[in-house]
Amino acid sequence: MLSRLALNVRIGFFLATRQIRRASLWTTGLIIFVMVLTFLNLVVVSGILVGLIQGAVNQVRFEFTSDIIVSAPDDKKYIENSPNLIALLKSFPEIETLSARYSSGAELEANYKTRKETDKPNTANAQIFGIDPQSEDRVTHLSSSVTEGSYLAPGDYDQVIIGQFLLSQYVPVEDPNYAALNNVSVGSKIRVTLGDVTREVTVKGIIKSKVDALTRNVFMVDSQFRSMIGRNDGNVAQIAILLKEGADPIAVREKIKRSGADKYAKIQTFEDAQPQFLKDVIKTFNMLGTAFGSIGLVVASITIFIVVFINAITRRKYIGIMKGIGIDGGAIRLSYVFQSIFYALFGSLIGLALVYGFLVPFIAGHPIDFPFSDGILVAPFGGTSLRVGLLVLSTIIAGYIPAWMIIRKNTLDSILGRN
Amino acid sequence: MIETKQLVKTFLDGETETKVLKGIDFKVEDGEFISIMGRSGAGKSTFLYQMSLLDEPTSGEVIIYGRDTHTMKVEEKIPFRLTMFGYVFQDYALLPDLTALENVALPLLMQNIPSDKAYARAEESLTKLELQHRLHKLPSHMSGGEQQRVSIARAVVHHPKVLFADEPTANLDNESSQVIMQIFRDLHKEGQTIIMITHEEQYAKVAQKTVVIDDGTIVSVTSNN
Repeated sequence: MLSRLALNVRIGFFLATRQIRRASLWTTGLIIFVMVLTFLNLVVVSGILVGLIQGAVNQVRFEFTSDIIVSAPDDKKYIENSPNLIALLKSFPEIETLSARYSSGAELEANYKTRKETDKPNTANAQIFGIDPQSEDRVTHLSSSVTEGSYLAPGDYDQVIIGQFLLSQYVPVEDPNYAALNNVSVGSKIRVTLGDVTREVTVKGIIKSKVDALTRNVFMVDSQFRSMIGRNDGNVAQIAILLKEGADPIAVREKIKRSGADKYAKIQTFEDAQPQFLKDVIKTFNMLGTAFGSIGLVVASITIFIVVFINAITRRKYIGIMKGIGIDGGAIRLSYVFQSIFYALFGSLIGLALVYGFLVPFIAGHPIDFPFSDGILVAPFGGTSLRVGLLVLSTIIAGYIPAWMIIRKNTLDSILGRN
Repeated sequence: MIETKQLVKTFLDGETETKVLKGIDFKVEDGEFISIMGRSGAGKSTFLYQMSLLDEPTSGEVIIYGRDTHTMKVEEKIPFRLTMFGYVFQDYALLPDLTALENVALPLLMQNIPSDKAYARAEESLTKLELQHRLHKLPSHMSGGEQQRVSIARAVVHHPKVLFADEPTANLDNESSQVIMQIFRDLHKEGQTIIMITHEEQYAKVAQKTVVIDDGTIVSVTSNN
């Protein structure tokens, strides 16, 4: 039985290679082209959908949370014992660097010098962060997001950088429920009120980004923040941690937790810190991608079915002759299966080369400019391999069925072309 | 040895039943060369297909070397045909994607003979039929006579017990037909059992016996010696 199967495989492969080698180059090229398109449909459509969100996730990681974010518990304004925790974190060999941030809600006011008494004050609410500009820049590259004016220097007292969506000229749609400052640009003076303390500061730079945490907030140097809140205990609200290349965020998160830090702080990887809706959107887009991909898979299967059916029906006479001279029907069926596998694998190989050799690096270098993220093409090799497997499997079935339908017909009827 | 007993073949076309073979009793001994003649529609091809196991009779028996083929399953008949029989068809029936050498080697490969031996035997068979210069040609690049010689090489490469030929010269010019008939003569001299259908009386006479079929029955058996 096994030797029969091996023999059929040998003969099937022999027949398939000859048919492919001597088939019309145009026909073979066209079938492979359809397979390439199907592969791209399977991988790229879902990859772009997921990449659209993944781009946002990556940007939040790169520009705000970094690899791990340690933050105050929900019921606290700051992390107790922050200086000790920071010292401990700095001793971890996996940690490249970190940035400690103070944070508090603040009220901003502009145009207060020119405002008449009857005018409504031009105010906006924002989260204000006190940072060490150099540490923050090493961790989140904040300076690269400052596109107007300039970034903070350590001694920049009474100066802030401000997110674009706190300034009305950058808000795309006017919303009566969303307050932004009017007539504020680089060099403008604004008032910042933190608790009971109000200070006049100069806008040194404007942050433009697709990360909400940057575009709706204000940053000042940490020494001024401390003086405004009147607290010198060094307890910060957040610590963004950049890991060394190759370090696993989950493993480091667990290590920090084991040190006991999770008793007075929330320790999250960049993925943990994603809002739930974002995780849900990724799941939904994945499902959508799979649905689109499935349609592509069905189309590819039908294409292969038609190709093999036409091929087998036009060769029905020769199939009859082969059976007549004693070639096993199983070997003939396998010859069509091998041809289908060839088309699917060849199409997938070209698709893989296109995806990993061109599309992924190209889109990574030239992200798709979506309003809320720089979309990338997400094509993890495991998932792509699975899709190649699915494509091959569906084409095997699609190739086998028509071959079986034709080969099972009466041998003599096939030879003589009788129905 | 092939023996048929009360061989009947009926075709159904809707409600109409056509009896093509009407109970043929016939015997072919080892090493015999039989030619079958008859007008179109007489039933000679149908008779050949029953004897060569390409078709199943409606009733009656086909006994091949003592084995009643009526009880054989389709899966058994395929390897039986592969090892016991060789076929030459009117239109050559070569596989268009295979070269002459590959066409001839195919039945050997299907018998699980190693590739190098299969190709060597195929080349030997083709050389014997003076086709050594056409080994790697596709059928579409060969003349009708050459294709028929490749077809004969394929039919005899595995030394079958019986060679069936269905009008092997029907599509050939006179010169090519003479060549083919000479090949049949030579094969017969080597002891090959041959059953051949032909329309040409001159070629029928090459065989030892000529069987004439008409209206589904054997009307005469003539010795040509």
